Amino acid sequence: MTSHITSPQFKENASRALVDAPLQQAMGNVRVNFIERRRAAAEKLPEFEGLRDSARDIKNHALEHLDLYLETWEQNVTKAGGHVHWARTAEEAREAVLAICRRVGAKTVTKGKSMISEEISLNTALEAAGIKPVETDLGEYIIQLRGELPSHIIAPAVHLNATQVESDFRRVHTHLDPKRDLSQPVQLLTEARGVLRDRFLAADVGITGANFLIAETGTSVIVTNEGNGDLTQILPKIHVVIASIEKIVPTLEDASQILRVLARSATGQEMSVYTTLSTGPRRPGDPDGPEEYHVVVLDNGRSSMLGTAFQDMLRCIRCGACMNHCPVYHAVGGHAYGWVYPGPMGAVLSPSLIGVDKAGHLPNASTFCGRCESVCPVRIPLPKMMRSWREREFERHLSPATVRGGLAFWSFFARRPGLYRLATRLGMGALAWFGRDKGKFASLPFASGWTKYRDFPAPQGGTFQQRYRDTRKQGARR
Amino acid sequence: MSARDDILGTIRRSLGVTGQEAPRRSIVENRLAQAPRGVIPQRGQLDPQARAALFRTMAEAALATVEEVESLDKVPAAVAEYLRRGNLPARARVGEALAGLPWGETTLEVGTGPSDGRDLIAVNRAFAGAAETGSIALVSGPDSPTTLNFLPDYAIAVLRESEIAGDYESVWDRIRERYGKGTMPRTLNWITGPSRSADIEQTMLLGAHGPRSLHILVVKD
Ligand code: SF4
Repeated sequence: MTSHITSPQFKENASRALVDAPLQQAMGNVRVNFIERRRAAAEKLPEFEGLRDSARDIKNHALEHLDLYLETWEQNVTKAGGHVHWARTAEEAREAVLAICRRVGAKTVTKGKSMISEEISLNTALEAAGIKPVETDLGEYIIQLRGELPSHIIAPAVHLNATQVESDFRRVHTHLDPKRDLSQPVQLLTEARGVLRDRFLAADVGITGANFLIAETGTSVIVTNEGNGDLTQILPKIHVVIASIEKIVPTLEDASQILRVLARSATGQEMSVYTTLSTGPRRPGDPDGPEEYHVVVLDNGRSSMLGTAFQDMLRCIRCGACMNHCPVYHAVGGHAYGWVYPGPMGAVLSPSLIGVDKAGHLPNASTFCGRCESVCPVRIPLPKMMRSWREREFERHLSPATVRGGLAFWSFFARRPGLYRLATRLGMGALAWFGRDKGKFASLPFASGWTKYRDFPAPQGGTFQQRYRDTRKQGARR
Repeated sequence: MSARDDILGTIRRSLGVTGQEAPRRSIVENRLAQAPRGVIPQRGQLDPQARAALFRTMAEAALATVEEVESLDKVPAAVAEYLRRGNLPARARVGEALAGLPWGETTLEVGTGPSDGRDLIAVNRAFAGAAETGSIALVSGPDSPTTLNFLPDYAIAVLRESEIAGDYESVWDRIRERYGKGTMPRTLNWITGPSRSADIEQTMLLGAHGPRSLHILVVKD
C-alpha cells in the first residue's frame, strides 16, 4: 500500500498539465511570489551565503556519523520518557502508528503537515483500520477533502484557486448555512479554523512530522506558520512524531544554523511563526501537553543512499526553493511528477525511494538551467544528480528507443568531427532557409513534442562551432 | 534482526564503518560537548538598548505589536488598557508565573491554569527574546501552560528587557543554565508574530489556527 504512483506516465501527466488553465494560472503565482520573497530575505541577511555553507557542512557531518547520532538521540528520547520505534519500510512505519492508535482505542487522529506521512500513505492505512485522520494544515486539509496528493512540499494546495476551495467546502461542510458568503479567502480560512478547532479538541492522538531531530537533547522540532502542528501535539493524550533518519542534527546550535536558512529559502520569512521543540511527554506538574510521546523513525531506502552518488540528497531540508525556481515545475505543476515529491528534489529523490523503473522519467524533466542548485540552502548539486540518474537509466536500457536511437545517431557524427561540422552546417542552413520568412517554426518533423506547446526558433545563420570560431578570432584581434 | 539493528547496520555498511572506531566516536562526543556556534548574524550583536530596539523592529515586521512597560507591577494595567483599546472583553487567562501581579487593581476578570479552548485572551510569561528576528521563546512548565500560546485569539506575552538576547544561541546558553546540558523543557516555543496561512492562492491571512494577534509587553528592568 503506497500512494498511487503515476510517475511512469510523467509525459502524459505533463501534457495534461500544460493545457490545464486553472493550474497554469496558479503556477503563475508561484513564479512571481516565492522567487521574489526569497531573494529579498536572502539580501537582507549578509551572512546568508555563509549560513548556507554552514548548513551544508552540518548535514554532511551528521550523515557521515549518522549511526552514532541516531544512537545518542534514541538514548536521550528514552531518558526524557519518550519511545522510539524503528521502521525499515513504509509498511513497518504504518504498523507502528496503527499499533499505538489501536492500543488506546483511537477514533480520530489530528495531523500536522508531514511529508513522511504522505510517503508512507498513512491516511489510507488509518482509514482502513477505522480511524479517522484529520489533516489540519490548511493546504493539507483542502487536498484531503479532494482526495489528492500535495502538489508542493510546503504549499500542498498551491495548484488550486479560491473558487475550487469554496466548492469543496460547500460540498463537505454540509452542516453550515448553504447561503453563507465564501467569496473571500479570509472567509474560507475562518470556516476551516472553526471546523478544525473542534477536531483538535476531540482527537485521541496527534501526529506530526519533524524538521529536525536533535541528538544532544532527544528533541523533535516542527516549523509551521499556522500553529496547527502545535494544537495537534499539545491537546491529545498521545503525540506521535514520524520522521526519517536523515532529520538528525547534533545540537541545538546546529538546528539554529539551519533554521536561519530554512524559512528564508522557503517562504522568504526571517523566521516561520512557530518553531517548536518537543522533548518527551508532559512532566510532573505540567498543566498541559501529551501524556505519551512516540517517535517513529523511518529508513525506507535512505540508509542505502549513504556512500553513493546520491548521499548529498539526504541533506535536503524540504524547503521547496528548488521547485519554486524550476521552469519545468512552473510549467507542469507538482502532480505531473506522479508521487509525493515533485520538482528537482523529487526528480532526484523519487527514483531512490520508489525505483528508477517507476520514476526514471523524472530526472529527464530538467533543462539543466541550474537554478535549483543556485538556491538550494544546503547546496545539493541537483542537476549533477539528475544527470547521474539519466546515465543509470541509459545503462539499464530503461530509456525509450527514440532516445537511444537519437543518441546513437548523434554519437556516430560526434565521433567524426569533419562529418559533424558538415552535417550541422547543412542542417542549420536548411532550417534557416525554410524558416527565413517567419523566423520560427510552428511545427517540425520529429519535434512535435516541442512545437506542440511553443515555436521552434529558426537558426539565425551559422552553427555553434562556426560562431565560436568567429568570436575567438574577433577576440584575438582586439 | 530487529529493525533498529538492521537500519544501523545498513548505515554502517554504506558508510564503510563498524561504529566502534574510537576517533569517529570522539568526534561525535566532542561535537555534542562543545556545541560549536557556527555563523552568527552581526545584526543582533548590540548593546542592550539597541538590541531591544532591534527586537521591536523585527517583531513588528512579523506583525506582532510591542509595548514597553515600566515594571512588572504595571503589567495588569497595561493589559487592561490594551484590551480596552481593542474593544475586547475584560477577561483573560494568565499563566501562574504572572498570577502574583496586582490584577486586583484592575477591573479584569482573571483565571489561571491551562486553556480549554474557550479563552479569547491569554497572558503568558516568556522565557526569552531574540532580537535578530523579533522572536520570543516560551517554555512549558507548571506556571506557563503551552495551551495559552495557541488556543486564544489574542496572545499577550510578558518579557523583561534584559531577557532579550541578540541571537538564538545566547538563549540556548540560558536554557542549559536552567535545565542542565542535554536537558530540555517538554515544550519550547519560538514564536515570531501571530498565526498565519498563505495556503489559499498564496494570499497571506492572519489567524489560521493560532492567535490572530500577538502583543508583547517588554518590561524595563
Ligand atoms: S533540494 Fe534543496 S532547495 Fe530543494 S527542497 Fe531540498 S533543501 Fe530545499
